[in-house]
Amino acid sequence: MPATPPTHTGISRRTLLQGTAGVAGLAAAGLSAHPAKAAKDLVAGFIYVGPKDDYGYNQAHAEAAAMLKKMPGIKVVEEEKVPETDDVSKTMESMIKLDGATLLFPTSFGYFDPYMLKTAAKYKDIQFRHCGGLWTDKNPMNTGSYFGYIGMCQYLNGIAAAHATKTKKIGFIAAKPIPQVLININSFALGARSVDPSITTTVIFTGEWSMPVKEAEAANSLADQGIDVLTCHVDGPKVIMETAERRGIYACGYHADQSKLAPKGYLTGAEWNWITVYKQFIADEQGAKPLPNFVRGGLAQNFVKMSPFGPALSEAGRKNVTAVKAEIVKGGFAVFKGPMKDNKGNVVIPAGKSYPETAVELESQNYLVEGVNGAIA
Amino acid sequence: MSTTTLAPAVSNPPARVADVWYPLRRSAEAVLVPLAALAGAVGLFSVFLLALGQSPLDFLDLVWRGAFGSWFSVQNTVQRASPLLLTALCVAIPGQLGLVIIGGEAAIVLGGLAATVAALPLIHTAPVIVWAAMAIAGSAMGAFWIGLSGWLRAKLNVNEVIASLVLSYIGLALFNHFVEGVLRDPASLNKPSTYGIGDQNMLDTVPWLDVHPGMPAGIAACIVCWVLIYRTGFGFASRVTGGNIRAAQLQGLPVTKLILTACAIGGGCAGLAGAIEVAAEYGRANASLNAGYGYTGILIAFLARFNPLAVMPMAILLGGLGAAGGLLQRRMGLPDATIQVLQGLIFVSILASDTLYGRFRWFQPRGTA
Repeated sequence: MPATPPTHTGISRRTLLQGTAGVAGLAAAGLSAHPAKAAKDLVAGFIYVGPKDDYGYNQAHAEAAAMLKKMPGIKVVEEEKVPETDDVSKTMESMIKLDGATLLFPTSFGYFDPYMLKTAAKYKDIQFRHCGGLWTDKNPMNTGSYFGYIGMCQYLNGIAAAHATKTKKIGFIAAKPIPQVLININSFALGARSVDPSITTTVIFTGEWSMPVKEAEAANSLADQGIDVLTCHVDGPKVIMETAERRGIYACGYHADQSKLAPKGYLTGAEWNWITVYKQFIADEQGAKPLPNFVRGGLAQNFVKMSPFGPALSEAGRKNVTAVKAEIVKGGFAVFKGPMKDNKGNVVIPAGKSYPETAVELESQNYLVEGVNGAIA
Repeated sequence: MSTTTLAPAVSNPPARVADVWYPLRRSAEAVLVPLAALAGAVGLFSVFLLALGQSPLDFLDLVWRGAFGSWFSVQNTVQRASPLLLTALCVAIPGQLGLVIIGGEAAIVLGGLAATVAALPLIHTAPVIVWAAMAIAGSAMGAFWIGLSGWLRAKLNVNEVIASLVLSYIGLALFNHFVEGVLRDPASLNKPSTYGIGDQNMLDTVPWLDVHPGMPAGIAACIVCWVLIYRTGFGFASRVTGGNIRAAQLQGLPVTKLILTACAIGGGCAGLAGAIEVAAEYGRANASLNAGYGYTGILIAFLARFNPLAVMPMAILLGGLGAAGGLLQRRMGLPDATIQVLQGLIFVSILASDTLYGRFRWFQPRGTA
């Protein structure tokens, strides 16, 4: 079937949003957009690099798009499995020319340069917002980027993992050793070590964003080594979650809610909450306000969220995760603070220095912290 | 063709000579059979759509509008077909010798990488010099990589299907190793890439048409390869070898040399495709090069029955399906896999139609009765 991702959780998310300060105003504005005045619906185009029911990166965006579809005054067009080649330029142009889209969300990292930038220069009246966080003021003003500080959620995943592990060995399956991924690995390891410093995290890089065969092999290999909690950063965590469940070990999700794939072993998960961002952009566009060019947010801004706790997470674990989450939401919480060593023994953050989630220094992170087994390239 | 039809023809030559329309009918057969197969595939696909509760007429209408219905759609189609011309030749040329080379993907990425490396020391010279260096380096790398599969086949009798497939995994791994390692531009944080060749050295789109610069290169390569295969001694020897390798050896044809040459030409085409992608689109080598063009090229080469000229319409067909695929997703809510189902049906039905050649008397030489 032309799978529309599950949307039955939409209501609760929306209510949750409305109750949240900061974003709530914008979200409410988005909900109460005047359909009477808007003679023509706003057409927003979403472009995904993989299938929209991948239980991962693409589904996280598609779930938000599905919620937008139910809002008045907006029409959503979507295209999945668009490669990061000139194909995506043509897809964007096709959405503009054939569907009348005026607001485009190319959601994959590699769409930005050169494809989105080139297309944006050609269509100056169209707004382009890209997921990944690369925009600088040298780029066209009708473009922009948005991203979330999901590392904090991986830190919370790490805390949950620490409460569940019996072998004191946990594992991380990662696509590529790039800063965004390294922040997640390090945050997960640091979260676990904040509970028990003897816990080690073993990382395996598959080299590709989506390679289910290698991901399954990695999951099995980690389980064979006595690792009893897995998490990951690949586009579609499906096989990793299923393999963990089959091997009788625990799993922490990533990108979207994967609890259905591992009903017994799913502890919690780090999820995107893109609807917050999309509603904000759409409210601005419908209100004829200029769209922001650079948007970032974390748990406090509702850009990211945690999956509901699974049955395997102990009461103590739940309390710990909830307490630290409240601490993070308060603001100023820093996972990366000195003195900190990498896994080769070099001091990477001197004593007295600390980097909260918003620190730009983190975006060029090129090390694995102490307690992580693995190497970058 | 059976001997019973041949025998009278030999005994009565003037009757054969009189059949002046035969070459035309033979060409008509080569066009009509695949068209009939295409119609058959669309028929089967319509049943599939009806089963999903969708209208086949809406579907065809959207395919038309998405792929050919407007100037923009035509550009979209040609754009998607362009890189596929060269990658299809990577399969079609060795295919003349009966070889099935499926490792074109690695020739593209390594060709693109070699072209970038060759361009980097030259970026401050003239663009023409950069392009020449890139074309030579890219083709040479591709020729070497596919040539390896040919060498294994010719010298060690290793099955070229397996060899080229396995070598393509190795090629991709090497590519990632270099791009994420020694050749990486440290400024490319979240998308590891090599250093760029500079904006002044980028290839522009084709003037007036606004399509990919790979298109003229691909068309030229298809025509040159057709001449090579059907109008030269090398081509004749290759086709003889493809027909029966033992017979070719008995005739004293240099089979090893032919295999190596055909693989090198095919690989050179794919490597050139990689070089063009870098010069026209990315300006640097990164994972975007690994976009599956090599695999789609296999499909096109088989659909074209390894004929370099037929590669062009088949590439347009698949490019058009790709262009229309987006519109189908957006308007009919069909998943991307729908287009893959159609592609699969077309593939199977055109391959099956191979058995139709020579079955219809109307297409056969006359004057035998």
